[in-house]
Amino acid sequence: MEHKTEPRHTISVWVDNLPGVLSRVTGLFSGRGFNIESLCVAETMDPEVSRITIVSTGDEAITEQIIKQLHKLINVIRVVDLSELEHVEREMALVTVKADGTSRAEVLRIADIFRCRVVDVSPTTYSLEITGNHAKIKAVLDNLKVHGILDIVRTGSLAIQRTKKE
Amino acid sequence: MKMTGAQIFLKCLEREEVKHIFGYPGGVVLDIYDELTRTPQIQHILVRHEQAAVHAADGYARASRKVGVALVTSGPGATNTVTGIASAYMDSIPIVVFTGQVPTALIGNDAFQEVDIVGITRPCTKHNYLVKDINQLAHTIHEAFHIARSGRPGPVLVDLPKDVMQASIVPKFPESIKIKSYNPTYHANPRQVKRALDLAFTAKKPVLYTGGGIVLSDASEELTKFAEALQIPVTSTLMGLGGFPGDHPLWMGMLGMHGTYCANMAVSKADLLIAVGARFDDRVTGKLTEFAPHAKIIHVDIDPSSISKNVKVDIPIVGDCRDTLQQLNDLLSEMPARNWAEAREPWLKTVAAWEQEHPLTYTWSDTVIKPQYVIEKLWELTNGDAFITTEVGQNQMWAAQFYKFKKPRRLMTSGGLGVMGYGFPAAMGVQVAQPDAIVIDIAGDGSIQMNIQELITVVENNLPVKIAILNNTFLGMVRQWQQLFYERRYSSTPMAAPDFVKLAEAYGAVGLRATKPEEVEPVIKEALNTPKPVIMDFRVEPEECVMPMVPAGKAMHEMLLA
Repeated sequence: MEHKTEPRHTISVWVDNLPGVLSRVTGLFSGRGFNIESLCVAETMDPEVSRITIVSTGDEAITEQIIKQLHKLINVIRVVDLSELEHVEREMALVTVKADGTSRAEVLRIADIFRCRVVDVSPTTYSLEITGNHAKIKAVLDNLKVHGILDIVRTGSLAIQRTKKE
Repeated sequence: MKMTGAQIFLKCLEREEVKHIFGYPGGVVLDIYDELTRTPQIQHILVRHEQAAVHAADGYARASRKVGVALVTSGPGATNTVTGIASAYMDSIPIVVFTGQVPTALIGNDAFQEVDIVGITRPCTKHNYLVKDINQLAHTIHEAFHIARSGRPGPVLVDLPKDVMQASIVPKFPESIKIKSYNPTYHANPRQVKRALDLAFTAKKPVLYTGGGIVLSDASEELTKFAEALQIPVTSTLMGLGGFPGDHPLWMGMLGMHGTYCANMAVSKADLLIAVGARFDDRVTGKLTEFAPHAKIIHVDIDPSSISKNVKVDIPIVGDCRDTLQQLNDLLSEMPARNWAEAREPWLKTVAAWEQEHPLTYTWSDTVIKPQYVIEKLWELTNGDAFITTEVGQNQMWAAQFYKFKKPRRLMTSGGLGVMGYGFPAAMGVQVAQPDAIVIDIAGDGSIQMNIQELITVVENNLPVKIAILNNTFLGMVRQWQQLFYERRYSSTPMAAPDFVKLAEAYGAVGLRATKPEEVEPVIKEALNTPKPVIMDFRVEPEECVMPMVPAGKAMHEMLLA
């Protein structure tokens, strides 16, 4: 996969909370051949404003274009490329893992090491809630894979700028 | 006082000083059309196909500096506008298209003549709206006009459900429109402007490369002043023609695929390229990596996303073209005068030599009409001051090359999208905006057939539009590519055409024909003296090519010259 070698950008977009706005944003990406790796969207404290976190890959020129094109949309209020700033990123995954016999204790141990929460239990499975950055989720999944992942659902990245400390 | 949606709609148009609408009625806009009978201050021009309504609004906008308006019904009425909207979007033309929509309760039900036109036109409008609440109606309409005409202009679509047009409220009309997330930058950053001027001072071989932004921002005078002050030669894109006088000594002609040898060489050898209101389109740049390889680039554009989109820019300036050029001229006037004519002499001499080496030309024939000759004669007999619209293809390029536009807003052409069938309805719109002007659509026998149904519209409305058909019995430009790059395999490009003279007569217009070179002038003269719509059918050399030509993907200096 060629695009994997290109830098990842986490872009925060504040938009009017109106029907069709998400489609304007995603349409901009698809229409110009820009890549969306993940996307999260929900209302902010102001119900008239939604905040979208988009993770995209592309070189500097593409990212510059993406940000300019986003700004150009009438319903886009603000765009910040968080990759250029100190920020915290989190993703969440819900995963059901096969856990019977000997693997039952091992799966729990992995969950414990990575501070996952068990959200559902059955005699042969555990469902875990994993939060963390992109790398951590990958690490957990790599460790769980050997036991057999039966079901998985993931969010995209959420990101927030760190408050300046001085 | 309570007003219906339809009344509010027309009141808003009045408040926007709309005098003309191009449109076509249908089931869901009946209420608006009914209200129109009680709105004598707005003239509705009934087209024969909705695409033509949008092109007409486009032509009207360019010729009048106002926002063009089209009004159509839902479903097919709406989808027929898409080509016109996409063309206006590519060319940054301010229009507002109103589409009827099925009643809000039926939206999403696959109702009769229902289509999600807001979804369809999302990527080809500057913005669009579906008005579901009559309380939002007035504000939305005024916002649509505001967005269409401000910043980088463009088309806005407003979808109007039938029940919203029938409902009634006591309306509130906004005094002004402010959109918190939309604030175009008109005033360029003075520091960037100063840096640009410094670069222009040190450059030995500068070129001004201008585009449609000059025309749209009415920056011609400032451009001419700036070019003259610093003695910088000027070339422009198709969209920028007329933005700088075509008979000016600093004028090099159009650049790009069918640009002049001189303009393309100048850009290829320049050490500074000052791009103003142009967007480095592929038809201009040719092979990107070899475009202006020796030049530093200054790029002035009101749309930040145009800057550094295709080529990397050294000095980006976000702002209105006229404002920026004004700032440059103001800075210049504060500085001690320098003899730029002397400083530029070597560069201007080189440019002049290129111009002499390969001027725009064609081989004269005593027996067959050359299409270029027709354009030259049109130019001569209209003193270069007519409003010219074009279709797309060879007719468009010959018009661009041989009608030496002296003033802005004299050329209306579908530059970005390249719509065959644009020119005639656009000419209709221009004639409505400029009732006393000479308006000529320069067409091909192929493209005129794409919206020929509008002949009855111009006859019915006494719009004396002239159509000059360069009839070469081919889809000329495609044929040219087949000749040059596909070993003359003329696949689906020879085409039959109707008898245009009889056709004109059938519609109640006047038809004239020229088959020999000596008939060209009398035909044009007669057409210009006829106060009615006229078709001029010029039977021209069938296999004439537009030259020079930069083959697609080649560098600008790799031109085919003849």
